[in-house]
Parts: sequence; structure tokens; C-alpha cells
Amino acid sequence: MENNAVFTYYPGCTLRTKAKDLDAYARASAEALGITLVEPENWQCCGGAYTTAKDEIATKLSAVRTLMAARDSGNALVTVCSACHNVIKQTNYDISRDEDMARKVNSYMQNDAPYTGETTVYHYLELLRDVIGFDKLKAAVVNPLKGRKIAAYYGCLLLRPSKALAMDDPENPTIMEDFIRAIGAEPVIYAQRNECCGGYITMEDKAQASKRSASVMDSAKDMGADMVITACPLCLYNLKKNSGSELPVYYFTELLAEALGLKKEDTDE
Amino acid sequence: MSDKLKEQILRSSGSNVLKCMRCGKCSATCPSYDEMEYHPHQFVYMVEKGDIEKLMSSESLYKCLTCFACVDRCPRGVEPAKVVEAVRLAAVRRQGNNHLAPTDIPGMLDDDLPQQAIVTAFRKYTK
Repeated sequence: MENNAVFTYYPGCTLRTKAKDLDAYARASAEALGITLVEPENWQCCGGAYTTAKDEIATKLSAVRTLMAARDSGNALVTVCSACHNVIKQTNYDISRDEDMARKVNSYMQNDAPYTGETTVYHYLELLRDVIGFDKLKAAVVNPLKGRKIAAYYGCLLLRPSKALAMDDPENPTIMEDFIRAIGAEPVIYAQRNECCGGYITMEDKAQASKRSASVMDSAKDMGADMVITACPLCLYNLKKNSGSELPVYYFTELLAEALGLKKEDTDE
Repeated sequence: MSDKLKEQILRSSGSNVLKCMRCGKCSATCPSYDEMEYHPHQFVYMVEKGDIEKLMSSESLYKCLTCFACVDRCPRGVEPAKVVEAVRLAAVRRQGNNHLAPTDIPGMLDDDLPQQAIVTAFRKYTK
């Protein structure tokens, strides 16, 4: 493990605006678990989506800058938003394997020390699993969420492309279910947990976004869930606003903070 | 023209469309299948045949959610979403061919819409 318990932490654009809860509960919980998260100065938006095209370089640079900031601090990088995580991990995967991309990126940025994928990237869930350990998390829980039936929504960005994300089995993931068990609740497995919610199509085709997100929520409800958790602000939006479902949707960090006894009753939205 | 366009799409996507064995799994698993005029397997096949202009002018380009289901589930590693992305980029790179204008955005906003949706849509739909 790099540098004991200090990590570079990349929040991303939405955690500063519409998803403040996802960010605030992540930071408070990390602190309680003995992890120091250090935000790099002057970070830029990741762009929201990784451009897979090999002839696109400029659209990948903000992710490279974030990866370099972590490398230069001697830390591993932690992300929490599924989209940022996806963009940054795909960038890191490709630049470590595609010499042509690495050469173009480094020439373009005129880096003194070329970047070729040295940084280790953890999603916050991976931090809980691989650095802290779910057994240690379980021991730190002061308010186990007993009796709650929670459906983990992975969506697409946490798991795929699985070669680059390398987080879990893309068809039968367990990381979020293990997290749910660690905070004392009961996971609900359902068919649509790793299918897309509709994502950014909500901008121009509400009908398609509704169809997709309703399919996810109906699938979770059919299996007896009483709430859904996600790591993605856009999934949360689609599942809440476009699905027509009454089932509540939370960020996983909010439940983590609640289990750790950190959630204040009177927090404003 | 179509040879050069095909060469561009293949280079940009990094996909070897010749590996496709036409099993149709990409289209079977696509969450946007019903909304598409041309489906993921057709993108792969039509690019292989150099029949690309039809794809360039199809709304199907903007229905792909980039969820990578087809990329992960293709048994031959063809990675259809990367082919769709390469064709979409070739289309929006043409002058005046952006699929989304900044002036469209105010009409799409609501109080809860995350910034992530807007930046992603711009990345996908414009150059």
C-alpha cells in the first residue's frame, strides 16, 4: 500500500454541486476510518465520458493531469463518482498499454516526467474493500442498519469495460453486496443491477431514460428491496426522477456515514 | 471516399471488425436496441462493408449510451461501442454537424440535473 493512509482524492464536478452528499459523507467516513483524503489543487472536470477513439487526445488530458497529480504526491488516487472513476481508470489503462497514445499525450503536455500509467486508482468502494477491509469496516460500525433490504445498483460505469476497470466480476459483482453486509443490512440481488439507467440520454430523450430506469427500479422492487444505493449522481437522478418508482435511492456513502454514526439528522440537502 | 472513411473508422475505433462472427450478442444486450435504426451488429457489419454514410446520418449514433455492455459481452473482442463512437465522431467532426448546441441547454435543465449529464452529452454529441 502506498504512503500508509494518505490518498489523493478527486471529487469531480458534480460532487461540488448537485451531489454534495456523496462527497461530504465520503470525506467524513474516510476520516472516521483513519484515511486522509487530500484534494489536488486546481483539478479539472474529467469530461464525464471516456472517449474511446484512438485519435482523440485533448479530451483525455484532464484525466491524465489528475493521475499525474497523484503520482507527483506519491499517493494512490481515490475517486467516488462512477463516471469520474470510469474515465480515469480507462485513461490509465490505455496510456499504460498504448505507446502511441502515451507519446502524443506526453508531447502535447510537454511533461518533464512522462506519464505512462504509474498511478494506482481506487474507487471508494475498493478503498473500503482492499485498503481498509470490509471486516474492519464492520468492526467500526456503531449503528448497524439491521433489517434494511438494500439493492445495490452498479449500473454500467463501475464495472465496464471490465479489463480496464478491474474492480469486480462484471456479470456477478459482489463488492456492493459485501459493503451492504458490512454495514449490517441485507443485500438484495436483482437482474438489472448491472444494466444501464439511460445515463445522459435524459438530456434529449426522456422516454428512453424512463424506460431504462423504470426497468432497473421495478427489478429491484420485485426482489423485495426497500431502497437502492448507487455511487453515480446521474444514476441517482435517473432512478429518482425518470423511473416513476417510489423506492428511495441513496448514495452508498450516506448509508456508510449513517452506519458509522456520522449522519446528522438536520443536514440540509 | 468510402475507403478513406472506412480506414479512418477502423483506425479511430481500434476495432478489428473482421473478427465478428455475427452472433448478434451485442445487439441482444444493447439497452438502446428498440430506439435504434441500425443496431450494434449492423454498425460492425456495415463498417466492414464500407457502407458508412447511412450510419453517419442515422439518429442511432446518438442512442448509444456507451454502457460498454456490448464491449464486455462480445465473445470475439470486437468492441462494437468503439465502432459506434468512431462513426459518431466522424459525423460530428463535420462542420456544422454538432448534435447539441449550448443554446439547447437551458431548455433541458431542471433543479436536480447533475452537471455530469451536461458534460457527458457535450462530449458525446459535439466537437
